[in-house]
Order: sequence, then C-alpha cells, then structure tokens
Amino acid sequence: MSKLQLITKGIVKENPTFALILGMCPTLGVTSSAINGMGMGVATMAVLIMSNMVISMIKNIVPDKVRIPVFIVVIASFVTIIEMLMKAYVPALYASLGVFIPLIVVNCIILGRAEAFASKNGLVDSALDGIGIGLGFTLSLTAIGAMREILGAGSIFGFSFAPGVMPLLFILAPGGFFALGYLMVLFNKVAKR
Amino acid sequence: MVETNISKEVIQGFVDGTISVEAITLFAVVIGAIFVNNVVLSQFLGICPFLGVSSKVDTSLGMGMAVTFVMALSSIVTWALQRYILVPFGIEYMQTIVFILVIAALVQMVEIVLKKVSPSLYQALGIFLPLITTNCAVLGVAIIAVQKDFDLLTSVIYSVSIAIGFAIALVLFAGIRERLETEDVPQAMRGVPIALITAGLLAMAFMGFANVVQLP
Repeated sequence: MSKLQLITKGIVKENPTFALILGMCPTLGVTSSAINGMGMGVATMAVLIMSNMVISMIKNIVPDKVRIPVFIVVIASFVTIIEMLMKAYVPALYASLGVFIPLIVVNCIILGRAEAFASKNGLVDSALDGIGIGLGFTLSLTAIGAMREILGAGSIFGFSFAPGVMPLLFILAPGGFFALGYLMVLFNKVAKR
Repeated sequence: MVETNISKEVIQGFVDGTISVEAITLFAVVIGAIFVNNVVLSQFLGICPFLGVSSKVDTSLGMGMAVTFVMALSSIVTWALQRYILVPFGIEYMQTIVFILVIAALVQMVEIVLKKVSPSLYQALGIFLPLITTNCAVLGVAIIAVQKDFDLLTSVIYSVSIAIGFAIALVLFAGIRERLETEDVPQAMRGVPIALITAGLLAMAFMGFANVVQLP
C-alpha cells in the first residue's frame, strides 16, 4: 500500500463511521452542529496519530499478554493531554463536547487501529494511518454535524440563514439517529457500488 | 426538587415526615435516569452494544444484567477513588486514566469471581463481560456521577437506574429488530441504517417523558 493510499483509504474505503461503523457514541453525541463535530474529529485524530506512533514504537517491548492494558494506558494519557489543552485553549468547545472528551479513551476506532495496524507496522506508516483514519472520522462527523445544523437550526458553521423555521428535532437526540441513518444509506448507495 | 403534579399522598407523607426530601430526590434521580435522560436514546452512551448485541431479546437481557452488575460495582469503586485518592492528592486530572484502568480490572475480577462462585450466572453473563470494558456508558456514568457531585448512595442508585434504562432500551430495540429481520427492507438500508432510523423513532417516543420530573 502506497503512502498516499494510507491517507486516502480512511475517507471512503475504510471510513470509520460509514464503512467500519466504529465509534458511534461521539458520532451521535456531539454532532449537533458542524463545528462540534469537527472539533471532536480533530481531537480524536490528534489522539489517534500520537497513540499510533507511540504504540508502533513500543510494539516490540510490550509482552503480548498485557498489550491491551498497555495500549489503553497510552491512549488514556494522550486523551488526558488533549483534555487539558482543550480546557486551556478552547474552553467553549471543551464545554460543549463535555463528557465525550474523556470518552475518547473508549472510542473503538483508536484501540482498533492500535491493535490492527500500529502494533504490526512501522512508525511512519502508523502515523499516516492515524492521519487517514482520523481524517475520515473528522469528515464524517463534520458532515453529520452540518446536516443536523442545517436541518435543525437553519445555520451552517454558526452562520444562520434561516433562523427559527427549521424543525428543532434534528438538533435533539432522535435527529442524530435519523441523520446518521440516512447518511449511511446515501453512503451505501454511492460508495459501495 | 420535584415538579408540581406529585400526588396528594406524597405531599401528605412529606408533611407527616414519613417521606423524606431525600427519598423524593432519589425518586427523581431514578425516573430521570431510566426514562427522561435515557442513557442510550438521549445521552448517546453505549451505542456500540445497543447496535451490536440487540438482535435478540434474550441476549439483550443478559447484556443489560451484566452492565447493571458492573455499573453498580464501578460506581462504588470510582466514587471512593475520587473522594479518597484523587481529590486529597490534588490529581483530579488523572481521572480518565485511573477510571478506565479500574473499570477494566473490575470487569476482569468480576469474570474470575463469577466463574468460581456462580457458574450458572457466569454462563448467563460471561460472554458479555469482556465487551463491557469498551462500553462507554460505564466510564461515562462514572464521570457524570463525579461531575454531579453525588454522595455514595445517590451515585449507586443513579448508576443502577442508568443501567436499567440501558437494559430497557436494549430489550425494546431487540423486540423491534426481531420483527425487522423478516421485513423487506431496501438493499441500501439493510442492517445498521434501518436500525439507526428505528432507534430515532424510539428516541422520539422517549422524548414523551421529557419534564416528567425535574432533574437534580
């Protein structure tokens, strides 16, 4: 697999949200607006790239039996770092993502990539894999967030174009399920042909 | 603490002192956690097992019971850790790392103990236990209980109620999905997409519980 393919595969072929169906909790929980979805995607991508790099470096010194707990500690450390950075530099985003930031630890995408890719490949490839999958996750979350924001609040990235006329339902919990469900139908129609 | 339409008996009991303020608060916590803020359908925690395990009613029941068991234990342990270790030493920022390790260790321990002590219960819950470590509802609820600053009793009751809400959502959804199996669903919608749209309808139904109690 070429270096470029490592980055682009996460966008359609191995898209974590629509093709692999992983990490559903943040996908539904934070996508009430495009900017929240994007913020969550970028935070997850940062953790994914760094944990992939560290795990690919330590893969030979970690005994096989304890690798999962070790991976979880590595991931949790980076989540804590990201959490503290976000609290300091983007407090508004930190407040609106809430409990879902510490929950990046249990995002199956990150542990899944550690287990399936970083523990078998070199440092550069693992970093590129993190960028690719992270990019796919960010794009999916931004798309879902944008759809919910347009349909539910009549705005996009905070720019309001039809305030007060859209059904609020899409911002609320059921709208999350509907938006993800119908986008997945669209993805199946277009990408899996 | 509780909204207006509580019944006359409750108010009388309250005046007589037979029903305490605490009891009413706890009741609000229970109803709020099970129905109003259902963990899956309105807080979006534990979606993975919700979509993954919910194809049959009996497996959903097993998963629900296993989650209830682990959540009750983890709420006690994480509450004690937060109160007696993280806060006194001023290392609250270690919360995420400590909690996830404790939950993972706890799940392992429950598995080992159950295997020895009650093989029949292990048979029923065993296969679900390894899945629970990555169930974000367990970690999420532990963190939320700390954020809300609950005392031990409230924290345990809150966690168990959340788990019951999880089990109810899972079983209801499994019932619907068993029927979906035999339906003629368009090709592109089969599997997860139709499940998500169904979950959306279920979430809409649960919105009917909004404002039944005011949440503490």
